Amino acid sequence: MPANPFNGYTDYGIGIGLRIPHYDHILERKPTVDWFEIISENFMVDGGRPLEVLDRILAQYRVVQHGVALYFGSADGPNKAHLKKLKALTKRTKTPWLSDHLCWGSADGTYSHDLLPMPYTKAAAKKTAANIRMVRDYLELPIAVENVSSYTEFHVSEMTEWEFLSEVVERADCGVLLDVNNIYVSSKNHGFNPYDYLDNVPHHRVAQMHIAGHTKFEKYILDTHDHPVLDPVWQLYAHAIRQCGVTATLLEWDDKIPSFDEVHNEALKANAFIAQARAAKIPAPKGRATAKR
Amino acid sequence: MPINPKSKPFAPAKVASTAELADLQRAMWRVVSRPLTGGSRMQRRWTDGRPTSAVAGEIAKPNDRLTSFERLEIYNRMYWFRVLDSLYDDCPGLRAVLGDKRFIALAEAYLVKYPSGSFTLRNLPSRLAKFIREAPRHTKPHTALCHDLARFEWARVEVFDTAARPVFTMDDLLDVPAAKQGKLKLALQPYLQLLRLEYPVDDFILAVKQREAELLRGDASNAPSALRKLRERKTKLPRPARTHVAIHRLDGRIYFKKLEPAAYRILVALRAGKTLEQALVTGIPRAKQARADWAAKVQGWFRNWMELRWLCRR
Repeated sequence: MPANPFNGYTDYGIGIGLRIPHYDHILERKPTVDWFEIISENFMVDGGRPLEVLDRILAQYRVVQHGVALYFGSADGPNKAHLKKLKALTKRTKTPWLSDHLCWGSADGTYSHDLLPMPYTKAAAKKTAANIRMVRDYLELPIAVENVSSYTEFHVSEMTEWEFLSEVVERADCGVLLDVNNIYVSSKNHGFNPYDYLDNVPHHRVAQMHIAGHTKFEKYILDTHDHPVLDPVWQLYAHAIRQCGVTATLLEWDDKIPSFDEVHNEALKANAFIAQARAAKIPAPKGRATAKR
Repeated sequence: MPINPKSKPFAPAKVASTAELADLQRAMWRVVSRPLTGGSRMQRRWTDGRPTSAVAGEIAKPNDRLTSFERLEIYNRMYWFRVLDSLYDDCPGLRAVLGDKRFIALAEAYLVKYPSGSFTLRNLPSRLAKFIREAPRHTKPHTALCHDLARFEWARVEVFDTAARPVFTMDDLLDVPAAKQGKLKLALQPYLQLLRLEYPVDDFILAVKQREAELLRGDASNAPSALRKLRERKTKLPRPARTHVAIHRLDGRIYFKKLEPAAYRILVALRAGKTLEQALVTGIPRAKQARADWAAKVQGWFRNWMELRWLCRR
């Protein structure tokens, strides 16, 4: 949905990730961009160039925070020092919502710096939802959780990935950052129908969408974020916005990053699908939308 | 190979509680963080002699294209590529001394002993100098040089994004009555790093950076023979020489500045909370030069430090 409790009732358009190779272009030329997504952890520092650049960006643009290390699914639970730094950053950016991944990545205080997949069980969903609620209550912000791309499945899983995502977000009463590329990547790696996934997530909770490029190998697909968006992902995106409504959309391009204009133009291709969805005049999805701040 | 029935289960058979979730995550983390083989593959044997495929088989399902081993191997490789790449980028000086192969071996041994304890890869090299001291076999016969380089390269990370405080200005100084200026306690910017080194690694790092820049330019040129010569020409290792260096930042850029030993001692004393008077007494050697010579020199240092915004308000 364009504006809902899970994205702070905002109606953001098409954004791109703020990346170092584009800093000079953005600061000097001030291109028109709906919004930038920042990786929270890159700016959870006490000073220096990262914060100087961020402050200059904040003076000109809308910024949304996206994290890679909250690890909502970690059995250890959220790290308090991390949360304290994160909250200080949210005060600076005034992000209307905050997203991170439905994954784990640390064990007993050591960090993998990866987005590791969850076992899809009721107990894991319950613990993950409790972690999300704790983070939301501490940060006092709407939270959206992003589905990750994955390369393995666990014997212990009791449900599909979309059932697990739904179980978590319903229990946590939070939003979804629907990563369409990740759905595609995982569908190929695990052999499910990506449209089944899209049709069965709680559409009214979708706060934002991600699109990105990926790389095909002989036996699996890797979520590399180093290419333009491929056609099957655009088709999934078109289906997603028909189901969920036109939602804040962000292109991720994190490796082999081309010029700012090339990245931005790739993101703006989403406009064609948005126009089709608007023309179809599909009613907004209904649901129990009661997100807490 | 069948699993030995006496082997303890490696991973839980179900996840019906947070404790079982923790057990599964711990089991997968052990697989993911185990060092790769020389050919960058997942090790075929587990630590207890079992085939790793048996361990992986307890955690992950196979599919029609990949075995459990192969599916977990993707994560195992991604983990090591990510952390090693990060250290590789942060440590150009260490790489230049050790060469890529020995550097990777050092980095891997370091990360086995000190895996990341931070949410950010920025902090990955924070304990590398300590490790080099603890395990000199990875760096001999250049352990002292490598120790200096690890300290220097970590200091550069710290300078980049540590906090800055309001700068101490001439007006602030004039606000202090002349009679009390000796008792003044000046603070140094938190980002300013002061290092006392056994080798002039600041010059070495500049030479390494210059060579890397030439190589990059060479890659873009059409002169393969010149590029080959450049690749073959290694940066000359420095000889031992006690060196004092400040690493600082100005307008978002990082700089190194050599310090005279007395200047270094004064700055260290100020950082330790000594008054200006105490810092000068600590820093300046007794009766080697006329007081007037020192006065001019010290005034010059302070003027320069204020221009570089090193002094800040307490």
